[in-house]
Amino acid sequence: MNEIMPTEKIAESSEAADLSCARAPVGMLCELTHRCPLQCPYCSNPLELDRVNSELSTEVWQDVMRQAADLGILQIHLSGGEPTVRKDLEEIVEVAAKVGLYTNLITAGVTLTRDRLKRLKELGLDHVQLSIQDVDDANAEKISAYKNGLQKKRELGAWVREFDMPLTINAPIHRLNIENLPNIIDFAVEMGAGRIEVANIQYYAWALKNRAALMPTRAQVMKSAEIVEEAKARLKGILVFDFVVPDYYAKTPKPCMGGWGKGIMNITPQGRVLPCHAAESVPGLEFDNVKDKRLADIWLNGQAFQKYRGTSWMKEPCKSCPRAEIDFGGCRCQAMAFTGDPTNTDPACKFSPHHAAFVAAAESESGVQTPPPFVYRRLGGAKEKVTAE
Amino acid sequence: MAAPAQRTRTIIEASSKPHLPAHIKLRHDAGRGRWHVLAPERVFEPDPIAVEILKHCDGDKTVQAIAEIMAVEYNAPLADITADIISMLQELADKGVVRA
Repeated sequence: MNEIMPTEKIAESSEAADLSCARAPVGMLCELTHRCPLQCPYCSNPLELDRVNSELSTEVWQDVMRQAADLGILQIHLSGGEPTVRKDLEEIVEVAAKVGLYTNLITAGVTLTRDRLKRLKELGLDHVQLSIQDVDDANAEKISAYKNGLQKKRELGAWVREFDMPLTINAPIHRLNIENLPNIIDFAVEMGAGRIEVANIQYYAWALKNRAALMPTRAQVMKSAEIVEEAKARLKGILVFDFVVPDYYAKTPKPCMGGWGKGIMNITPQGRVLPCHAAESVPGLEFDNVKDKRLADIWLNGQAFQKYRGTSWMKEPCKSCPRAEIDFGGCRCQAMAFTGDPTNTDPACKFSPHHAAFVAAAESESGVQTPPPFVYRRLGGAKEKVTAE
Repeated sequence: MAAPAQRTRTIIEASSKPHLPAHIKLRHDAGRGRWHVLAPERVFEPDPIAVEILKHCDGDKTVQAIAEIMAVEYNAPLADITADIISMLQELADKGVVRA
């Protein structure tokens, strides 16, 4: 999904409270399960996947929805894994809608039936985000290790139109599909989507493990930016674009999650509450569980949220940087993964002493003619020898 | 097969009758003491005047009619108000928040 959910102002107003300064998070990502029929090698789930018998019960998720509304959360993103593999999705959506949360289903669209979608709409589901791997059948199959997925996604798209629901197409972009971007945009228009996320892969978890197989070249990324700009102008008022750039080719880091513990919280299938979905890769953080504590207490006082909230944890070059409260030093997980210290500035930042090595990694890996095979995302898959052909 | 979704740009004019589609929600947030527009993966923060205008977007009133109400309420020239409303609603239409 999109890494953050930005807020936008309508018109100017001096008296409008800045939502991003409010104490409650705007959005909550609920990973209902780590189960998924697809095995995309860039999955944002952790390498150690939660098992089905450890997942939260229906009742706990329903209570989390009530607590979220009380806390002031506005939107929930029901994700996974594949959230529709949970048979109680309807019961969770029903409570979420009843307590006034704006509900967004993030699905790969291969397991959802027409009847279930109809029922979800009746229960108050507000929006469907459908991920696609590519619009070329063979390539989609290669990326997801799943047969005929694209055909099933087309069917789901038709049902979404039939029930007059809003649709976003989420297209993770990488070296295997970046050349197909114009066709991917056409597909979104054809499916009746109102939004498209052209989301260059962010390299964490499975994507980081597969970085050498996924990283596009700088020239490809520049070309894709031009394609998006042209399409944006041509499709104004028809398709809204969110373009997520790959930060390996950036000069300043992304304001990850809109700032740590600022606007978004994430709940894992087992109930751990994280400041971002990759936060478990950062050592020294203690994650509370919704089974033990109230959501509001976790958000306000939890050690993991307090640790990197705001700017007081920063050292140089972040500390004195005029962008400290714009990008918040970028991403703690990326700083950890690439530099070994989560309090370092994100290596995507040009002021990081690691920036040159970071860019060089992307340039050398993307320049290799024959990339390495994928390590597919499956239980225990990260420990296996490479299995793809 | 399902009918194709709207694949043309909504153009806002004085005669347009704007409305919010069913999946766009103008809601008061008691905790924060302000209004929000909830949209797919977006939260908009309308200022108080924008909230007034959006409340009038019922698919029945024209932009012209809304402008007349606002011109009286805020004691401002009708032409300016009309232009401002069209500009605001066009921007929102391009973001999928308003239809007409």
